[in-house]
Amino acid sequence: MEKMILLWSFDALLGITLVWLAWLTLSRDLFKSIVLFITFGLVLALTWVRLEAPDVALAEAAIGAGITGALLLGALARLESTPADGSDPAREKASLETVVPPGGTTPRQAQRRDRNVE
Amino acid sequence: MGAGLAYAVLKLPAEAPGLSKTVADNIDMSGVDNPVTAVVVNFRGYDTLLEMAVLLLALLVVWSLGSEPQRRELAPGEVLVYLTGLLVPLLILVAGYLLWVGAVAPGGAFQAGSVLAAAGLLLVLSGWRFGARFSGLSLRITVVGGLAVFVLAGLAMMLHGGRFLEYPIAYAGALILVIEAAATLSIGLILVALFLGGRPSPDQSPGSRPESRAEK
Amino acid sequence: MTTAFFYALTGIALFILGLYALIIQLHLLRKILAINVMGSGVFLLLIALATRTQSTPDPVPQAMVITGIVVAVSATALALVLMRRLLDAGGKAKLPEEKTD
Repeated sequence: MEKMILLWSFDALLGITLVWLAWLTLSRDLFKSIVLFITFGLVLALTWVRLEAPDVALAEAAIGAGITGALLLGALARLESTPADGSDPAREKASLETVVPPGGTTPRQAQRRDRNVE
Repeated sequence: MGAGLAYAVLKLPAEAPGLSKTVADNIDMSGVDNPVTAVVVNFRGYDTLLEMAVLLLALLVVWSLGSEPQRRELAPGEVLVYLTGLLVPLLILVAGYLLWVGAVAPGGAFQAGSVLAAAGLLLVLSGWRFGARFSGLSLRITVVGGLAVFVLAGLAMMLHGGRFLEYPIAYAGALILVIEAAATLSIGLILVALFLGGRPSPDQSPGSRPESRAEK
Repeated sequence: MTTAFFYALTGIALFILGLYALIIQLHLLRKILAINVMGSGVFLLLIALATRTQSTPDPVPQAMVITGIVVAVSATALALVLMRRLLDAGGKAKLPEEKTD
């Protein structure tokens, strides 16, 4: 009986954490989103073990958490390093909305501020 | 829509026989003892074969979209270089173990391939690139190898009078290991190449630079 | 309600969440994340329903999910490269606001 309760609370915790992490993943700013997605992948790997699928857990831990995370972070880094010739809307918006003193704000700072607003 | 899906799922019988009994009954014929590996490489070989083809196709599309982008070359920190030197051999060892143990316990080509890819990513992050020596034919052969060995094994079975991808019991274990080994190498390399995100260009100079770093 | 159904419903919740985000989010990178969350939901559903057997779980859906995970990561990589090409071609990573009205 106690074991049942323990298992059920573990299940509930896992399920709620999964949905919560997914929600956070899809609502935070991009960098946080990606880190949260990696966490989501790790919790998902835990879930696979709970559902007696260790093979899937192995694949998920290596791919879902590791490789996808690296891919996404790489893409984000490239996204942020795109030249400021209008190809990055966030930066464009930032330069329109905030008066940047010459040399006062680096594009990266401006973008970070914009991301926080977003 | 969510409610509809939930309703449909809840309408399903609480207990289904599933296929685990069928798989368990036929596991002796598959050449391995891990049911998941048996399903992946033997019983549902077609799925895995086509899945390798999908990976290859993704890589082809990525390569055809242009060559590898120029990254800002950041000098990797001391810690990263040290850890890479420490972890990469370990990861390769783990990949080999996973591949071997896949026959009897959780593990197998996909898991081993992704661990291998993780090792490759570490190498890439610390500045390694496909050097000129490896970006030509040998890279392509390794990338295609997994699919090719799979297809060849299937065709060889046909020549022996069996059906496509139907392994004789005596050789099934060894055949699966060979197929999985090729698949592991291919999957690992394809994932790393996908991470690089473009056709490796042999004329790029940084290709040789990290090798000297590795020897240091 | 059994464990299998609890996790199956969680999977459905993830799928719906991902679909919702896929539709309303404007940034392409976030749309890719949303697709990944959707895929995870489908995998969870499959694996959860595979545990409904009496003895060991059904290995066939598990094998399908393993291949599915690898296909998902290759699709993600492809989508990211396409996004980069779009940026290189002068496009934007974020869809314009008006189109969502």
